[in-house]
Amino acid sequence: MMFSGAEILVKSLLEEGVDTVFGYPGGAVLEIYDALYKSPLRHILVRHEQGAAHMADAYARATGKPGVCFATSGPGATNLVTGIATAYMDSVPLIAFTGQVTCDLLGRDSFQEVDITGITLPITKHNYLVKNVENLAQTIKEAFHIATTGRPGPVLIDIPKDVSLKKTNFNYPKTVNLRGCPSFGPGDPKRIKEAADLIMAARQPLIYAGGGVIISGAHKELQELAELADSPVTTTLMGMGGFPGIHPQALGMLGMHGTKYANCAVCECDVLIAVGARFDDRVTGKLDEFAPQAKIIHIDIDPAEIGKNIQIDIPIVGDVKQVLHEINRKLEQKKHPEWQNKIARWKEEYPLRYENGGSLKPQYVIEQIYEVTRGEAIITTEVGQNQIWAAQFYKYNNPRSFITSGGLGTMGYGLPAAIGAKVGRPDKVVIDIAGDGSIQMNIQELATAVSNDIPVIVAILNNSYLGMVRQWQELFYDGRYSHTEISGPDFAKLAEAYGAIGMRVTKPDEVRPALEQAISANKVVVIDFVVEREENALPMVPPGGCLNRMLGG
Amino acid sequence: MRHILAVLVENNPGVLTRVTGLFSRRGYNIDSLTVGRTEDANVSRMTIVVEGDDLVLDQVTKQLNKLVDVIKINDITADEYVDRELVLIKVNADPAVRGEIMQIVDIFRARIVDIGRKTLMIECTGDEGKINAIIESLKPFGIRELVRTGKVAMLRGTKMTSLCDEKEKKDNEEEK
Ligand SMILES: Cc1ncc(C[n+]2csc(CCOP(=O)(O)OP(=O)(O)O)c2C)c(N)n1
Ligand SMILES: [Mg+2]
Repeated sequence: MMFSGAEILVKSLLEEGVDTVFGYPGGAVLEIYDALYKSPLRHILVRHEQGAAHMADAYARATGKPGVCFATSGPGATNLVTGIATAYMDSVPLIAFTGQVTCDLLGRDSFQEVDITGITLPITKHNYLVKNVENLAQTIKEAFHIATTGRPGPVLIDIPKDVSLKKTNFNYPKTVNLRGCPSFGPGDPKRIKEAADLIMAARQPLIYAGGGVIISGAHKELQELAELADSPVTTTLMGMGGFPGIHPQALGMLGMHGTKYANCAVCECDVLIAVGARFDDRVTGKLDEFAPQAKIIHIDIDPAEIGKNIQIDIPIVGDVKQVLHEINRKLEQKKHPEWQNKIARWKEEYPLRYENGGSLKPQYVIEQIYEVTRGEAIITTEVGQNQIWAAQFYKYNNPRSFITSGGLGTMGYGLPAAIGAKVGRPDKVVIDIAGDGSIQMNIQELATAVSNDIPVIVAILNNSYLGMVRQWQELFYDGRYSHTEISGPDFAKLAEAYGAIGMRVTKPDEVRPALEQAISANKVVVIDFVVEREENALPMVPPGGCLNRMLGG
Repeated sequence: MRHILAVLVENNPGVLTRVTGLFSRRGYNIDSLTVGRTEDANVSRMTIVVEGDDLVLDQVTKQLNKLVDVIKINDITADEYVDRELVLIKVNADPAVRGEIMQIVDIFRARIVDIGRKTLMIECTGDEGKINAIIESLKPFGIRELVRTGKVAMLRGTKMTSLCDEKEKKDNEEEK
């Protein structure tokens, strides 16, 4: 039997086990949408293609399965770009399908033609323009393979309209033949032995865990390592939830907005075990003063991350879960009471704190969200102070429970991300911790949530500022608030206009009842928390500074 | 330091853009890049001359390796290799100086491939030093136009940058 390219696309997705796609139709994908019409695939119609990309991305982050989005050619495709770049920076398996003008019109500045494979070259792991329907199924098979193996990442497939129309036989391939796409195992045994020996010899070990722990599903192995080595654990923004936030050995986040005690531990540790992390500048601060006393073990699946920013003593290239498993087998139970005492003193001396006066504090709102959800929700964030507070004041005990745009820092990510996460994990309460600036970047997706009955909660920490930028202006630009005071609509009314529930909270004692009501409503809810306007996200390492010299520490 | 990379890539559309795009966005300096078919119709071979210290080279190689279309990379700089470049030079050549130019051509074992009324076109192959030398020698006559192919290079002996890995390993053993 013969099938059109569009039908082959849909059938291939079903073969890959895809249940939901996020997208938006247009001229170049009419065939594909026609094939969708007859198929069991769930399609979530977004209000802006950027939303589709973020939803598919967060679906992937919440479930561990690849996310899929669709857009038409030209403006549809370019609207995906920020979403694809967001997924690329955070190593998310995303597969984006775009329509394209027919093959005979390619390269002629045709209506709604854009060279989307050219545009997305630096922000995809790989991309394809499929000019022959015979290659479509194989290409899709390869795309899923590439997106999900090794270090995951987005793959884009551009399909000219005539290719989606042409018919051919359908046999979904069972294997891929990609000689340029290596696979990685448990790491070099010699290095693993060296690492285990070094960990056993350490007196002040520290584990620095990143998003790789979550991607590889290595949270159990990580905890085992930490407990055997009696090592404290600090996580990056991407690593939140990779180690239980309430564990006595947890130090929270390190880096620019990390805890002072985590940063002190970095400065004094003698062995640093970097697991699925990449020594980002927001983490290291001044590079030559990062972990100055430590021998560094770096475990990562991407060989290019080893030695990219910092000299490594023991590099191990491999799947984090397998590598940790191998290392743990070689360890014996250690105890470092002096080191633990030192850390306990730092924790006592420099706790994360804020002044809780009469006004409504954003940190308090997040603490309440934590308590009401008992730490069991999936939290997504926007970008800015809201994101930092969400990382600091909610304790993430499970992997895939904190979903944030870490690498690109995309404002407007949180709401579509919440929707994507809720689609993937309908059993979870999903809350977007938002800023009043960021939420306005993709607020149109409220309509998507309402019309598809996807009950997410948006908790806006409304300071009427682009707060994080204002904070920098306050601290480093003598308080010249250049274009950071920002107005918004009446968010509660706006929510109602969209058919969601809107609430407005201005006093501390209203916070908890509002949250409880929002959760039990099981509807789309927007809560406008009118918070202290000029609160700062502290402590903070000034840009390019050394980790343990923090403002407000 | 300058390194010579022999890179085998899938002969897919866009592969050259992927490679050069990677160099430019990560700020690596390409000295020269050549690309052409190989004994295998599905595989092209690039010879990339890149400037940088060991750290840069390490990153270049690793980042290139991440491209799905890149199959294999060899940094052959430290090994015994043959490298060649081809140059075409159109040089001013009044009848009065033609004899002198032809002598230079002879010395470099180059060839005259075209004669115009006032110019000669010279073809020369060789390693970089030789190409630079012939260019210097012809400069005094006035070079009108010049084009160089960039370097191609290949390991000497049985060592190979090819896809028959097993065979290569075996041969290398034997050589030792
Ligand atoms: C798309 C985009 N544009 C600009 C920025 C720069 N930026 C980073 S944080 C921030 C302020 C965010 O304001 P808001 O959402 O209100 O969060 P707050 O810091 O007040 O919590 C801005 C403008 C960005 N990260 N992303
Ligand atoms: Mg704000």
